[in-house]
Amino acid sequence: MIRSGRSKSVFARLEHAAAWLLAILWLSPLIYAFWSAFHPAEYAIRFELFAPLTLENFRIAWDQAPFARYFVNTFMLVTSILVAQFVLCTLAAYAFARFDFYGKSVAFVFVLMQLMIMPEVLIVENYSTMAKLNLVDTITGVGLPYMASAFGIFLLRQTFKTIPKELEDAARVEGCSLIQILLKVYVPLARPTYVAYGLVSVSYHWNNFLWPLVITNSVDTRPLTVGLAIFGAPESGVEWSIITAGTLLAVAPLLVAFLLFQRQFVQSFMHAGIK
Amino acid sequence: MLKILKHSAKRLALAAALSLGLTSAATAVELTMYYPVAVGGALTKIVDGLVADFEKENPDINVNAIYAGNYNDARIKALAALKSGEPAQLSVMFSIDIYELIEQGAIVAFDDVVKTADEKAWLDSFYPALMENGRTQGKTWGIPFQRSTIVMYYNKDAFRAAGLDPENPPATWDELVAAGKKLTKKNGDNVDQWGAMIPSTGYPYWMFGALAMQNGQTLMNGDGNETYFDAPATVEALEFWKSLGSDHGIMPAGTIEWGTLRQNFLEGKTAIMWHSTGNLTTVKKNASFDFGVAMLPAQKRRGTPTGGGNFYIFKDSTDEEKAAALKLIKFLTQPGRTGEWSMKTGYLGTRADAYATPALKAYVKEFPPAAVARDQLEFATAELSTYQTGRVRKLLDDAIQSALTGSKSPAEALGAAQKQADRLLKRYR
Amino acid sequence: MTRRSTMMSVYGWLLFAPAAIFLIAFTYYPTLATLAKSFYSQGTALRPAEFVGLENFEYMLDDDVFWQVAWNNLIYAIGTIPVSIALAILMALWVNGKLPLKSLARMAYFTPTILPMIAVANIWLFFYTPDIGLIDQISRLFGFPSHNWLGDPSTVLGCIIVITIWKEAGFFMIFYLAALQSVSPELEEAAKLEGASRWYFFRRVLFHILMPTTLFVLINAVINSFKLVDQLFILTKGGPDNASSLLLYYIYEVAFSFLDQAYASTLTVVLLVVLALIAVGQFVFLDKRVHYQ
Repeated sequence: MIRSGRSKSVFARLEHAAAWLLAILWLSPLIYAFWSAFHPAEYAIRFELFAPLTLENFRIAWDQAPFARYFVNTFMLVTSILVAQFVLCTLAAYAFARFDFYGKSVAFVFVLMQLMIMPEVLIVENYSTMAKLNLVDTITGVGLPYMASAFGIFLLRQTFKTIPKELEDAARVEGCSLIQILLKVYVPLARPTYVAYGLVSVSYHWNNFLWPLVITNSVDTRPLTVGLAIFGAPESGVEWSIITAGTLLAVAPLLVAFLLFQRQFVQSFMHAGIK
Repeated sequence: MLKILKHSAKRLALAAALSLGLTSAATAVELTMYYPVAVGGALTKIVDGLVADFEKENPDINVNAIYAGNYNDARIKALAALKSGEPAQLSVMFSIDIYELIEQGAIVAFDDVVKTADEKAWLDSFYPALMENGRTQGKTWGIPFQRSTIVMYYNKDAFRAAGLDPENPPATWDELVAAGKKLTKKNGDNVDQWGAMIPSTGYPYWMFGALAMQNGQTLMNGDGNETYFDAPATVEALEFWKSLGSDHGIMPAGTIEWGTLRQNFLEGKTAIMWHSTGNLTTVKKNASFDFGVAMLPAQKRRGTPTGGGNFYIFKDSTDEEKAAALKLIKFLTQPGRTGEWSMKTGYLGTRADAYATPALKAYVKEFPPAAVARDQLEFATAELSTYQTGRVRKLLDDAIQSALTGSKSPAEALGAAQKQADRLLKRYR
Repeated sequence: MTRRSTMMSVYGWLLFAPAAIFLIAFTYYPTLATLAKSFYSQGTALRPAEFVGLENFEYMLDDDVFWQVAWNNLIYAIGTIPVSIALAILMALWVNGKLPLKSLARMAYFTPTILPMIAVANIWLFFYTPDIGLIDQISRLFGFPSHNWLGDPSTVLGCIIVITIWKEAGFFMIFYLAALQSVSPELEEAAKLEGASRWYFFRRVLFHILMPTTLFVLINAVINSFKLVDQLFILTKGGPDNASSLLLYYIYEVAFSFLDQAYASTLTVVLLVVLALIAVGQFVFLDKRVHYQ
């Protein structure tokens, strides 16, 4: 059944309109945040086209909460997690991809289980563990449960498996040790996977909230998400212009990075998913 | 040659200064203090300012005041810090956390820290109503810092527009309903202005404590192991609250959000709001209309719970730290300072002699609403506080919300809450 | 076993060991410890913990709030999973097709993913505020009365579900986009030439091509339906009367607000069992469809 040319284009136009309506709906919270943050408090709920612009909200927000410190904390957190993940997951993936060891398949199943039993589910017990290790209210404490990432191990394993054995054999012929083979052959060839995984990990941990909330107590360790939550806590009475200004300050780096590297971002997530 | 000499001399001087600094820092007492903020305004700045003043007067004490979020967060953080081996020495926490803190072995009674006769007398120098939540087992465990009562804010311009006398706000439940009806302005199916709003999220049990007291009923006993949620007068109070929305139509149905209530009042969405006096200064700054503040209306009597945070000293600190903490607490609660705190925030001055200071006297004269909370202390009662306080409070919160949203009748909801509370508190009797 | 393969075995374990230590310390040990703790009462400084067997579980079965929370989680899962997957497929089809300015649309759909939930929660609070909030302002233009979205037990969970769908759909879209882009355009051309309608093409061809992706996305969506509770901290705190509370939020409340680690462990055991069942089910089901080399 072939549609007539005219009704097809009407249908297509309706479809495009729907897609665009959805896109605007999807962006509306961000649009509102921009509106409210750049206009004085009286206009937070009033949408008058020619209302005056102001940067005062940003100044107040920056003053009221130590965003600079929160940025530093978040940066240190995601960096330390990422570095640890790269190291731990690379070693483990190498083991699963190229070594035949006793109990391997059982071990792999156990690794996969971590995909389901994420650290968020175990906040009560992990908190006790951190208390015993004296790591409550430290950035290390926030990062530790995430450093051995089943997702990372899985991704890298799949990638390593696709690397042709001949390259490894060639390196061995040249007299490389196992670790050197890993560093000279596997790691460089898996670069796209590392980039993809890195972006996924950074954006996940930049936005993580529940575990950091539980484990951090003070300004020195609090990441942006927890700082924002305290900053905007309803008990303080909601002042949307200031809260949205604070929110924009907190999400600005990710937003800017996303806008600039949109294609890479999207490609990374896609890449991470295909495997 | 001269340059090198100069250079090394500079470095020597720097090293000397550093080590001097380090040694003096080494003999200084380090105090860590958590504190919450539950009402609007840049309170963290004010606290930082007060702490800086203290450090100037006491160079041998370093204070690290940490903003912890709301009352719940502050308690969680302080207790967590205790367990993690990096404890605070003192904190401002909810006045009603007292039983929990005693049960956790976390705090020490002030009676065990004060030494001189002067200091002992100091324990009795605060408003008695504010001390109710801080005393149990014959000892004082908490000293008032940021204390409040609920007050009734009302829009005088709206009163005038509705033909009501702006200097005569409702003084009884019936008057509240009558005024509310006049103030509620409908626009077809929508309501442009509600008569009154009493928030039922955030701290619903606190608002309810006022209604219950106005009906002559307290919610718990003084030992923290018995509650009176299903007493007839309590049920009546909840029925009244519900009727404001469902029968009289002067309040929206369902729950009313604590965080956006002030905004609603300032936007003219409601002509009357019940809220903490701690919001006073922010309302004053932002109101574009003439507003007034009054005591809460009476039924059998006037009533309001006190609210807010007390100072607690933690057990897990050295005697030196405890003494330093006591010094800090005395500093922050001096009449002049509690008066300053009251003016900047709207919280109560915690002692009678605060209101006798010239600054606060003048402020009250020029801005009478600042005295309403203090005058209401005469009718105030302790805030809901028991063992297992978090859970018991949640039981009451849930009951209130289920009644207001119509899922349960007030009697049903409160009966169930009382049963659960009894179960929890049995072992403390 | 030859000497070489023994060496391989040793090396294998050595390489795996660092990650294994972390996994044991922060996944397996806590799981077992949680199970153990659920059999003890909550101790305080003055009254220490004691073994109580299944008493905590009996308390849980008796706990109305637990049943409410479990029910809420079920509704939450049913509400978010199918809708976000369907929307994700739709978005992917649009962005992959002839939509003008499609890269802007793709950016719009993906933006919620990179924003922290806790950051946007306050904005959604504004959207849902009665009378002065955005949704009510717009609905008033159309003559609808205002509604207490978050304060009405019958709508509050729906509101939370909407926020989660908004957050997730763009994320899932990316995976579908990846799958669609691996489909050669000739396939669609051929189908069109043969007179197949787009819906027919989708149902018979694309649907099966997207099946592996759907399974992957499904797992993610299921995990998220247990994990995504951040918005509750700002919007409702589980209220009114626990109408919007979810299991993980209740666990947090019990552990850190009521300071009852024993009961929180009991609740966690339930959550772990559910997750384990899903993991087993997924493993068995997926094994039939997708082979791990």
